[in-house]
Amino acid sequence: MLAATFSDALALLATFDHRVAEIVGLSLRVSGGAVVLGTLIGLPLGACIAVGRFPGKAAVSVLINGLMGLPSVVVGVVVYLLLSRSGPLGGLGLLYTPPAMIVAQTLLVVPLMAAIARQVVEDAWQRYAEELAVMRFSWWQSVTTLLYDCRHSLLVAVLAGLGRAMSEVGAVMIVGGNIDRATRVMTTAIALETSKGDLPLAIALGIVLILIILALNALAFGLRRWATRRFG
Amino acid sequence: MAHDFLKRIRRGIAGLILASVMPCASAAESIVLASTTSTEQSGLFDHILPIFEKASGISVKVVALGTGQALDVGRRGDADALLVHDRAAEDKFVAEGYGSYRRDVMYNDFVIVGPGADPAAVKGAADATGAFGRIAGKGAVFISRADKSGTHAAEMRFWKAAEIDPVGQGWYKEAGTGMGPTLNMAAGVDGYTLSDRGTWANFKNRQNLTILHAGDPKLFNPYGAILVNPDKHPHVKKAAAERFIDWLTSDAGREAIASYRIGGEQLFFPSKR
Amino acid sequence: MNSTRPASLFPLRIRGLRYAPDGREVLGGIDLELGDEGITLMLGPNGAGKSMLLRALCGLLEPCSGEIIWGDGPRPTQGVMLVFQQPMMLRASVLENAVLGLRPAGLRRAERRARGMAMLARVGLADRVADSARQLSGGERQRLALARAWLTRPRLLLLDEPTASLDPTATAQVERIIREIRTDGTRILMVTHNLGQATRLADDIVFMAAGRVCEHTPAQRFFSRPQSEEARRFIQGELPWRMTF
Repeated sequence: MLAATFSDALALLATFDHRVAEIVGLSLRVSGGAVVLGTLIGLPLGACIAVGRFPGKAAVSVLINGLMGLPSVVVGVVVYLLLSRSGPLGGLGLLYTPPAMIVAQTLLVVPLMAAIARQVVEDAWQRYAEELAVMRFSWWQSVTTLLYDCRHSLLVAVLAGLGRAMSEVGAVMIVGGNIDRATRVMTTAIALETSKGDLPLAIALGIVLILIILALNALAFGLRRWATRRFG
Repeated sequence: MAHDFLKRIRRGIAGLILASVMPCASAAESIVLASTTSTEQSGLFDHILPIFEKASGISVKVVALGTGQALDVGRRGDADALLVHDRAAEDKFVAEGYGSYRRDVMYNDFVIVGPGADPAAVKGAADATGAFGRIAGKGAVFISRADKSGTHAAEMRFWKAAEIDPVGQGWYKEAGTGMGPTLNMAAGVDGYTLSDRGTWANFKNRQNLTILHAGDPKLFNPYGAILVNPDKHPHVKKAAAERFIDWLTSDAGREAIASYRIGGEQLFFPSKR
Repeated sequence: MNSTRPASLFPLRIRGLRYAPDGREVLGGIDLELGDEGITLMLGPNGAGKSMLLRALCGLLEPCSGEIIWGDGPRPTQGVMLVFQQPMMLRASVLENAVLGLRPAGLRRAERRARGMAMLARVGLADRVADSARQLSGGERQRLALARAWLTRPRLLLLDEPTASLDPTATAQVERIIREIRTDGTRILMVTHNLGQATRLADDIVFMAAGRVCEHTPAQRFFSRPQSEEARRFIQGELPWRMTF
């Protein structure tokens, strides 16, 4: 049964058409958009927590670490309630559109990326804090300098965010609605095909998803190795 | 240095965000239809929506949920029209003013599916109510949708008719999920369940499952279309949504629904006018 | 020479400076006075408190008692720079690392680059500007760190063992740059364990032991007639062939 399902799935991979390409493309756009926003918000946020000295810093670190495990369905419901026509941001008309999915996935990846960035930047901060202080670096100048210095390590945070965004199904299902040719991404398509009992097609899509994530990781790995050789 | 790095990033980002938002800003008019997992998973929409889109230029975006959830989405104003199957709840929705009107669109029927071995001997039951009674009497595993869908509502009506309260019984499993996943579960544990014929016909992971009981008039499963009330939610695309509902009940729409077949079997029957 | 440079850091007077984190005394009442010119070398055994004194001078640690009096003005917000024993090397080019200290000054990028290029030429790193700073040798790293500090035009430059673990050639290059910085008008206070270096560079010597300044004398006199018993024993230990005092 399992072996047969897999061999059917592999046979399907050879026959993928442009509909599948559309779904893959939307997945990349939505998750890519969320990771770009997550990078812009999460990495500086993590670095600020690492460098900043403020009351409740430990509590904020614990909170961010805890939010890494936030269930995607919860994020989906919250964003749904915000973007619903009856919700506070209903006037934007974003529900069941790709931007809504980007918003939801951004909320999902920001804590993850911030938590990794905090750890990475804090290690660098402990090494450089005195020297930056002697050079009279402001707090914000220290944050940007450390982010720049850690950029190769922070690639891990970006990859983790991308992995989480590409593989989650709960949030995009609720705020995107899994609308054919509008908001259907790989994970919601997999869920749908599973619902239809079409397990070979579901697994074929799953294989494509894994291959894409693997390819992106390989790319990042190569980039990081090159950068380490170049910059030490 | 770090400044230039940030500047470089900033330049790229604006483009990326634009690129990700662009596809939803397509020129063609579109409406959101909240419907049920059973219609979506039967494959009906893949068949009829391209026909409607070609005729009208309006694209219909289907969000597939349980009937209860679909009605909630309509209540919040997050859809323009609904296509659902729980007559009592639909009438209530319109009576409360959330919907402008309801129209009969089509019907199919529910079927009782279970393992081919049929341990509860459902096959020999006189009617659907009797079949439910036999499942409970034998204590055979039954998977319930338990998701406030139209199918779930129908199932609960049969339990009530058989004067059985299955909730909490060891053999009664509340899945809380769509029709397809419920069928997957039933197939996995050789259990019984109630399915609409459309989803069943398009379902591929049947394993030992087969139709054990069908044809009782009480298994009749009508679908209705509702226009979400623009008086409650002014952003509702009234003209386009009405055009869709009109089309569904027109000769062209009825023809399209009637012509959807899987393996030669017709799954939905247009309602009589 | 530079109008932003505070005119009155000197004479720099340190009075009874004590620093004792967690009750462990690191600086035990330092008294020291530095004039506005020259190179002062700090000698003394490990744990004498030399590096801690440098840190206190640039505000990295808060003394528990005593005071530092900067000329007749308040504690300076610029003009004091410290080069650490193992300077920070960002994962970036030599040039980017060199101009790092100019960032808080808010100079334009082009201006920073121009100054950085000129400075790297002065310290003999002109052909390495585009290389990664982390690929530099130990001596090159120290020269880059000196360039970074020098670019900020400090009035007082603190150096913490800049030639530790460098070979004689690299040491000579670093010493040449230190002399040039001094000639450029910067007061230098430098920690070293290299007595030969002390004889080559120092105008005067501060000898520290156990968190105290044992003596502060002109270099010539320190090596011919050390005043304190601790300094005498230290020199004997380091230079056993000079046993005749």
